[in-house]
Amino acid sequence: MTTETAPSGITATGEKVKVQELSVWGALQANMRDYGLMLALILIMLFFQYFTNGVLFKPVNLTNIILQNSYIIVMALGMLLVIVAGHIDLSVGSVSGFVGALAAMLMVGWRFPPELAFLANPFVAGAICIVVGAVIGAAQGYLIAYHKIPSFIVTLAGMLIFKGLSLAILAGKSVGPFPAEFQLLSAGFIPDLIGPTTLVAASEGVQPLVLHTTSLVIAIIGVVAMIGFAIHGRSRRKARGYESEPFGLFVAKNLVIAAIVLFFGYMLASYRGLPNVLVVMALLIALFVFITKRMTFGRRIYALGGNLKAAALSGIKTERLTFYVFAIMGALAALAGMIYAARLNSATPKAGQGLELDVIASVFIGGASALGGVGAVAGAVIGAFIMGVMNNGMSIMGVNIDWQQMIKGIVLLAAVFFDLYNKNKA
Amino acid sequence: MSETILEMRGITKTFPGVKALQDVNLDVREAEIHAIVGENGAGKSTLMKVLSGVYPAGSYDGQIVYKGQEQHFKSIRDSEHVGIVIIHQELALVPLLSIAENIFLGNEQAKAGIVDWDETRDGARKLLSMVGLKEDPDTLVTNIGVGKQQLVEIAKALSKEVKLLILDEPTASLSEKDSAALLDLLVEFRRQGITSILISHKLNEISKVADRITVIRDGRTIETMNKEQISEDRIITSMVGRSLDDRYPGRTPQIGEVVFEVKNWSVYHPQHRDRQVIKNIDINIRKGEVVGIAGLMGSGRTEFAMSLFGKSYGQKISGEVFLHGKKVDTSSVGKAVSHGIAYATEDRKTYGLNLIDHIKHNTTLANLAGVSKFGVIDDMAEMDVANDYRKRTNIRSSSVYQVTGNLSGGNQQKVVLSKWLFANPEVLILDEPTRGIDVGAKYEIYTIINQLAAQGKAILVISSEMPELLGITDRLYVMNEGRMVGEMPTAEASQEKIMRAIVRAEGKAS
Repeated sequence: MTTETAPSGITATGEKVKVQELSVWGALQANMRDYGLMLALILIMLFFQYFTNGVLFKPVNLTNIILQNSYIIVMALGMLLVIVAGHIDLSVGSVSGFVGALAAMLMVGWRFPPELAFLANPFVAGAICIVVGAVIGAAQGYLIAYHKIPSFIVTLAGMLIFKGLSLAILAGKSVGPFPAEFQLLSAGFIPDLIGPTTLVAASEGVQPLVLHTTSLVIAIIGVVAMIGFAIHGRSRRKARGYESEPFGLFVAKNLVIAAIVLFFGYMLASYRGLPNVLVVMALLIALFVFITKRMTFGRRIYALGGNLKAAALSGIKTERLTFYVFAIMGALAALAGMIYAARLNSATPKAGQGLELDVIASVFIGGASALGGVGAVAGAVIGAFIMGVMNNGMSIMGVNIDWQQMIKGIVLLAAVFFDLYNKNKA
Repeated sequence: MSETILEMRGITKTFPGVKALQDVNLDVREAEIHAIVGENGAGKSTLMKVLSGVYPAGSYDGQIVYKGQEQHFKSIRDSEHVGIVIIHQELALVPLLSIAENIFLGNEQAKAGIVDWDETRDGARKLLSMVGLKEDPDTLVTNIGVGKQQLVEIAKALSKEVKLLILDEPTASLSEKDSAALLDLLVEFRRQGITSILISHKLNEISKVADRITVIRDGRTIETMNKEQISEDRIITSMVGRSLDDRYPGRTPQIGEVVFEVKNWSVYHPQHRDRQVIKNIDINIRKGEVVGIAGLMGSGRTEFAMSLFGKSYGQKISGEVFLHGKKVDTSSVGKAVSHGIAYATEDRKTYGLNLIDHIKHNTTLANLAGVSKFGVIDDMAEMDVANDYRKRTNIRSSSVYQVTGNLSGGNQQKVVLSKWLFANPEVLILDEPTRGIDVGAKYEIYTIINQLAAQGKAILVISSEMPELLGITDRLYVMNEGRMVGEMPTAEASQEKIMRAIVRAEGKAS
């Protein structure tokens, strides 16, 4: 999950700065937070696997978990930037609902004159929706960044406004169904370019097992690329003497991650293949990891959230940066709104409501600090999956919605408590 | 001669790495105005914090005898209980509460938790008349001026039945009229039998009202003078009379042409549009030269530097900045940095560092372009830079991955310096570069400054420690109340000369 491990033992006098390798235990401790979160997710999954009598890991259910949580994860990426920058965005649920409604009206609700009919094209409409989302985010960001209105207030107002607006443009009704192309966003799977392989033919008393080879191949390519990057990075650090992770741990870590990815790749391939939305999500996650870890833009957001005044006095244009962060959040909320609408195959006035809470909870479970300056994309994604798996598992177990809410609340509290406890101990 | 009300004997207080107070003795007599003077950082405020229980008994050595009894104050509440009230430089009023509410804050006129508003207002009115403030007790504190706020603080102190009132720089931000009124009030209190301890830089005020003066220097008591002995000359000599030893690394200055020049620089207060904070300042710095700005706290040095650096302070800024004779735009921090100007703040925790992030990220923050291409950071290059500067500035840490919040003050300051060194400036403004750090780290920072000067950088050092300025600079400006009131080559300067320039300017102003 992270390639930045904390080396130690640099000598102050040494001519060439060399980093000593940590012991396996030391390296584990240094990255306790990341491993702990991953471990928590795995434990939660195993817990529900047991208590749902094996339903959780069924290919169809795993596919469902991804589809159910895709829009949360997409928004959590933007929310991570917002929270790291020291702000909050309460409007994302309503904005996603509004954009879903807008998409429905563009594609099926409004009757355009022939010369404007292109607006109803799913791709054109989709692009319009993303732009509208970005503009909404930018407008809120403008008020927050340049007029110094607290983000809590601006986005609380935004939440009310866009809740009302989606009700207004839908005239209180559900609008659907969407054109087939649009539905593919959430209901589609990677097409079988390399034909499906039948492992077990259908016969009496035996479930057929057809493997969607293309999806599996993509998963394998992904794993190979990941390992390739890891080896490349390690050799670069080794060459400069900056590597501190023990070789054994490096191998073990990558093997475990590869095994997990391949396992899920295989499971998904044995159902209907990789969902389109998973591919979109994976690309976005990779992009945001890159932005936060390697780009100056991301680094500046951390500095802004860590110490606004020091960042400003270091020449960072803090206002513009805040503005961009909210614009990105708006665009992602728009994408999430479309994924949500495509999944339901209709836009409803209630769509998106309350999603902001799940999104914010995911980011905090993932280890972000409410004070800003701290947080990781990987953490937010795992946080979202922890929430998602719990929702899914408890629903399968037939836990009542009242209990579900309480348990989720307790998990959020426990995660943050554990985090602060560890930090204070250190 | 009246009785002694307070005696502090052999007070010693150490902070990690610094001995703030060393065997300090102070005796204050009943119903006198006792002034404490000393340079910034001499230990005056620390001594008052010891007295008022901010630093609880046990965290220092020595005895506090108050009204003949040894005291062990564990908190401010304990000292207030016996009638010792301290009024800090930064007022402790809640701006959006009324005068009456502020006066009785924490001491509400209430029965069974229910506030008696009639009693509160009556009480407030009585106290306000005692301090001579004609304001409605229901007025919000934010709506009255600083001078009146100061009086509200005193009224609050009176409400606690104060016997010994401590005022830390009470007139620092007051107009002359308000200052005079405040001093009159202290004289009136003296008549009523209330003792005051007055900490102030304004020697003319002190010589006017004080009965006795204690001078503190370097955390030690130097002397206590009686009224008859008080003279500004004697105070100044006593305040600064310390020898320059080899606390400063030597260097041979190689000074070139003028690199940096500021002309007719004026700035107004960020909140009060009419208050001019910086008044028509002209300065210049040459290549390889270390120039100092001396002046007391509140003279506007930091405000001047920050307004130069991307308009980071104030409004209605006017004036011109020249670099190598060419006029440059420094209206944003980014522009200032791109022209090769850097400002290392006096307050590294608030303005200098991202304390929750590690050394590496702090080092490159002001010059991310230097380790990136097309917005993508080269993490190996960044590692090299961070390790390089860590070694060059001799930062003591386990690695560049140590979080800066866990470093000592001296090492934090070195990270701030590293950050600005990596931005490779031509002009480096260092605001109180050695505040709150120990002697050893100071020496290292002076060495870095010397190296930079040798590389031909133009360096401006702002410092409240005059020996430091005399020890490391080539030329000095003296600043007072937003003006440059003196300029001299350091070779011809002395602490007395600087103090005289300040005092003379004070005299002119009043």
